[in-house]
Amino acid sequence: MSLTRRGLLAATAASAVPMSARAQRPTLKIGVLTDLAGVYQDIVGPLAVECTRLAIADFGVSAKGFDVEIVTADHQNKPDIGASLARQWYDRDGVDIIMEGGSSAVALAVAAVAKDKNKAYINSGGATSDLTGTMCNAQTLHWTYDTYMLAKSTGGAMVKSGGDSWFFITADYAFGHALTRDVGSFVEQGGGKVLGKVATPFPGTTDFSAFLLQAQASGAKVIGLANAGADTINCIKQAREFGIKATLGGLLVFLSDVHSLGLEVCNGLVLTESFYWDLNDRTRAFSERLKAKSPARRAGMAQAGCYSSALHYLKVANDVGVGKFKAAGGADVIEMLKKMPTDDDVFGAGSIRPDGRVIHPSYLFQVKKPSESKGPWDYYKLLSTTPTDQAFRPIADGRCPLIKA
Amino acid sequence: MFMIFGYSSALLFGQLLLGLINGAFYALLSLGLAIIFGMLNIVNFAHGALFMLGAFVAWALLEFLGIPYWWSLLIAPIVVGAFGIILEKIFIARLYKLDHLYGLLLTFGLALVIEGLARNQFGSSGMPFAIPPELQGGTDLGFMFMPNYRGWVVLASASVCLVVWLIIDKTSLGANLRAATENPALVQSFGINVPRMITLTYAAGVALAAFAGVLAAPIYSVNPGMGSSFIITVFAVVVIGGMGSIAGSILTGFGLGIVEGLTKVFYPQGSATVIFVVMVIVLLTRPAGLFGRGGH
Repeated sequence: MSLTRRGLLAATAASAVPMSARAQRPTLKIGVLTDLAGVYQDIVGPLAVECTRLAIADFGVSAKGFDVEIVTADHQNKPDIGASLARQWYDRDGVDIIMEGGSSAVALAVAAVAKDKNKAYINSGGATSDLTGTMCNAQTLHWTYDTYMLAKSTGGAMVKSGGDSWFFITADYAFGHALTRDVGSFVEQGGGKVLGKVATPFPGTTDFSAFLLQAQASGAKVIGLANAGADTINCIKQAREFGIKATLGGLLVFLSDVHSLGLEVCNGLVLTESFYWDLNDRTRAFSERLKAKSPARRAGMAQAGCYSSALHYLKVANDVGVGKFKAAGGADVIEMLKKMPTDDDVFGAGSIRPDGRVIHPSYLFQVKKPSESKGPWDYYKLLSTTPTDQAFRPIADGRCPLIKA
Repeated sequence: MFMIFGYSSALLFGQLLLGLINGAFYALLSLGLAIIFGMLNIVNFAHGALFMLGAFVAWALLEFLGIPYWWSLLIAPIVVGAFGIILEKIFIARLYKLDHLYGLLLTFGLALVIEGLARNQFGSSGMPFAIPPELQGGTDLGFMFMPNYRGWVVLASASVCLVVWLIIDKTSLGANLRAATENPALVQSFGINVPRMITLTYAAGVALAAFAGVLAAPIYSVNPGMGSSFIITVFAVVVIGGMGSIAGSILTGFGLGIVEGLTKVFYPQGSATVIFVVMVIVLLTRPAGLFGRGGH
């Protein structure tokens, strides 16, 4: 068969017909902006994208008369890159909403872009409570957790269970100091004492034994680790090595960190997450569905939050009608999202406050001993639950400009 | 226990010892760098990535083949050394006649590629690697709890450094090596295969990095970024000791570990910077480094 120009044109025309028929259906475009290859890729990263896809599959979009397209990009944990990707997505690529959206610095930058362009933005992986505090805006929701939730649960609950004297190992930058301050205030409110802290250079510290020995010398019952990622991992590993007796308070520890440390090293560590795969029947059902897509890894809270937020977004879109939803500005979309209570397998029932804070319970976990674990990813036992109405900062204390005093 | 400058002596002695332990890593890594620079005139920026590879090889041997830590100390340097031979043959050998800058750029690029591939394969949060059972636990020295494993690190590192220094300074093999760096053509005319010697020197330098990587695996998180956090400090150590000076790099490595340890008591925030402050002072007063020969 010879290839003729006419034949080629006919073939192209034929294949184009179903394409244009398909384009008649409205399409929502979700941009997942995350760390795909950096220090936080195991906390969010590719699995966060997979969780978003699972939400689309679970919602059964194809039967609902519209389509969803996902685009992804890597912000490399750099606020300037995150902000310029967000601008490009909103302005040029027709992205309707940005999700996940990175660690604290990137999150604040993207939130500013969303406000500027009046587009919708939901953050899951960022920690800073400023997103729904002084820096809050009408275009942004903060979905999964924040520094206040971590500080209250880990700090408050540990004091109650007898850990009433603390020493902090603080990463010497804004995040570390903020976390130290917040946890410290919960410790003191609970009747505990902060005996001291040491600020460790960030980045560039690999050996924490010197700081751990200072913490030990202070006689504190709890050593609070106000750092994250590899720093926390090194602290825990080296505390075990040096036979540190004090309880370690992991102030920002994710399931993937525990996985990479192993239970031999990590057991006994107390930490807070708002999701754990083996928490109840619904979380287990969610995790089984996710396992079909990603057999090697279980989701932590920041990744699971991407599922929860995407599912809620699709529910509301379907409810109000996709055409109307797409045409609305960012502030209106977020307003519609706030009106509907949230409910999904990840966080259970919850709601969204006027300041953009999504609320659900938070859980204090302790890492199991190797003998207690039944297999890979069986890592946590539940110590206590902070109910939805107490897990997050009271709305009046956040000084969010959206809230009139 | 008595007090020194308002700090308990227990704390100070503890930090001195810890500094010595960290110095052991600096010494091993800077020794490899010094050998490679001294013999090949290459500023090997891939050293950190190869250190990381050493740790990952040890992890893989244990995870997939069940080969314990002790064998890894031998096997990982051989595997990574062989990888070094490939790097040298394919890439680095082409740069000997060019300016240092080209070698630096090439090895820096190689480091980024190796780390990127590792990150892609293994993720960023790292792999668990336990301390070998024989060395678990520790000894109470009175002023601090000394983990057995750290003691072993200092011992192993100091002996390896000593052996390497003896080989280079006291044996005929070392003499040939040193002669070949001064005048390759002349040494070649004596029937010595200089290119092969240079390849093997690179492999040996790289094997030292891998050895340090295996030593580090049980202490630090085995992750793709573990080398890059060390490499800048280690370069400062080499510059302070004097580029290419073997004994200088070893002594400076241990010495700066101690300086860093003490800074962690008096001014913790400065502990990542203190080595660079020392570097500036040394460069201003002795541009060839503490042990370097001027005009080399």
